[in-house]
Amino acid sequence: MTLLEVKDLKQHFTIKKGFLGEKKIVKAVDGVSLHIEHGETLGIVGESGCGKSSLGRTILQLLKPTSGEIIFNGKNITHLPRREMKTVRKDMQLVFQDPYASLNPRSKIRSILETPLIVHGMNNKAERMKIIESLIDKIGIRKEQLDRYPHEFSGGQRQRIGIARSLTLNPKLIIADEPVSALDVSVQSQVLNLMVDLQKEFNLSYMFISHDLSVVQHISDRVAVMYLGKIVEIANVEDLYKNPLHPYTKALLTAVPQPDPTKKRERIILQGDLPSPVNPPSGCPFHTRCPVATAECKTEVPELREKEMGHWAACIHVQPAQLEKPRLIIS
Amino acid sequence: MARRLFSSPLTLIGLFIVLMIIVLTIFAPWISPKDPLEVNLGQKLLPPSSEHWFGTDEVGRDIFSRIIYGTRISLKIGLLVVVIAFPVGTVLGAIAGFVGGVVDQIIMRITDIFLSFPGIILAMSIAAALGPSIENVLLALAITWWPWYTRIVRSSVLSIKNAEFVESARVIGANPIRVLFKEIIPNSIAPASIQASLDLGFVILAAAGLSFIGLGAQPPSPEWGAMLSSSREILRDAWWAATFPGLAILVTVLGFNLLGDGLRDLLDPKNR
Repeated sequence: MTLLEVKDLKQHFTIKKGFLGEKKIVKAVDGVSLHIEHGETLGIVGESGCGKSSLGRTILQLLKPTSGEIIFNGKNITHLPRREMKTVRKDMQLVFQDPYASLNPRSKIRSILETPLIVHGMNNKAERMKIIESLIDKIGIRKEQLDRYPHEFSGGQRQRIGIARSLTLNPKLIIADEPVSALDVSVQSQVLNLMVDLQKEFNLSYMFISHDLSVVQHISDRVAVMYLGKIVEIANVEDLYKNPLHPYTKALLTAVPQPDPTKKRERIILQGDLPSPVNPPSGCPFHTRCPVATAECKTEVPELREKEMGHWAACIHVQPAQLEKPRLIIS
Repeated sequence: MARRLFSSPLTLIGLFIVLMIIVLTIFAPWISPKDPLEVNLGQKLLPPSSEHWFGTDEVGRDIFSRIIYGTRISLKIGLLVVVIAFPVGTVLGAIAGFVGGVVDQIIMRITDIFLSFPGIILAMSIAAALGPSIENVLLALAITWWPWYTRIVRSSVLSIKNAEFVESARVIGANPIRVLFKEIIPNSIAPASIQASLDLGFVILAAAGLSFIGLGAQPPSPEWGAMLSSSREILRDAWWAATFPGLAILVTVLGFNLLGDGLRDLLDPKNR
């Protein structure tokens, strides 16, 4: 069953330089469609600035979408008023990237964890404490540490507290925005394993945003690759990592460090920088850096199509395998 | 926190001075040896002695007693001005920074109007318009003081309003009022509250200035600025009549400054 469905979502920011400067539009998210099943983890990967964080925040309605639809749990939540959105928020939470910035430095851990419950009208203090105590037990924080301030904890502990906060309201979907990229590698695996355990226990769905391909491979069921506000490829994790179709995904995967130094790898080095999202290239947004680009790529905007079973890519040079009936809309 | 306080001698000196002023304020009738208003023409302009520690003024009043009673007036003005100006300035600044847009423009342009005059001149014109009295000085200073807090708080609100912990409050569905008062203001108030403790000293100085030029406390009130003013004519003959009220102002302002500087370090939770 589908928990979250996003249809042609766009998030455009208007920026104005100077007093009389011309207005420019940054297309941070430009027509993204995806869906997340119950209990599933969808990984979102891409370079910094590709719009993956904006996508997460737009789905959570922290940013008002420019256009498109967000359907959560069978309900269109795209333009809900704040009061109605509040009840939806119980079911969708966010885990932040920076554990040093995401906890109010002047609040004790107890009050940080309590706040979501108070906001949602749980007035019985004993009840709140029961929920909090069972949660901190799962994340490895002791009861007597509840009256400490965030700065008294390590980065990994803080991130676990952030995860606990997102779980207090018993949500269905957690959007994790680079939840481990600010942590040491040894702590990363700890937090990732905790997230996997919690997922099983609470039947959570994750949207896991990261630039780290190995982390995403480890945790995801399906993976979407973003480039300049668009999804260029989306597939099951095995298909995507073993058989990448889009030239951008291929290049990204060759950049993943290999633990075995004797293994020879052929890196595809992309030329140039990520183009500015203010002025994205015409046609296929990737054609300026693509090793297989042709003249057509400059004019034709490639649509995200199912090239193999359950494996979608937005590239006109990828020939679809023989499918019984190629589908146009992600279902 | 106590240990950190004791590791900084300057803060300790500041704290000592401020505590001393508070004690003098509370126990003035018991500490001062004479009535501050008692005129004794037979003992006028006596130099400091064992009987009159700070000497006597032009009508024979005991300067030491007058200075002790003066702490009451000065501390009252300092505290009341800050107590009025600080919350007003803080809330307006927080709203300006948090809401932004037109609201921000309106609030900040009004503060600009106030800040475009030198504070003391604005306070002078308000006090002059309202008539010379200590209450009007208080009002005039409060009116000129709040825009500073508005500016300070607004800039710290701007720097944290997009912080992830503020966003996290929005994600859980907290309403904007809660976000403002529980997440934003507690984290942006520190610089302004340090300013407030420094300002206690500056307000006392400004009030003494206004009284000196005759707009504040009126004789025979033992206000330090007014005492300085009335000692001008006898400065050649009686150095003590001007020196001791001046020193009282100096020590008081210094005390609040030292304490304010110390609080800056203490109030930072990262140093706790």
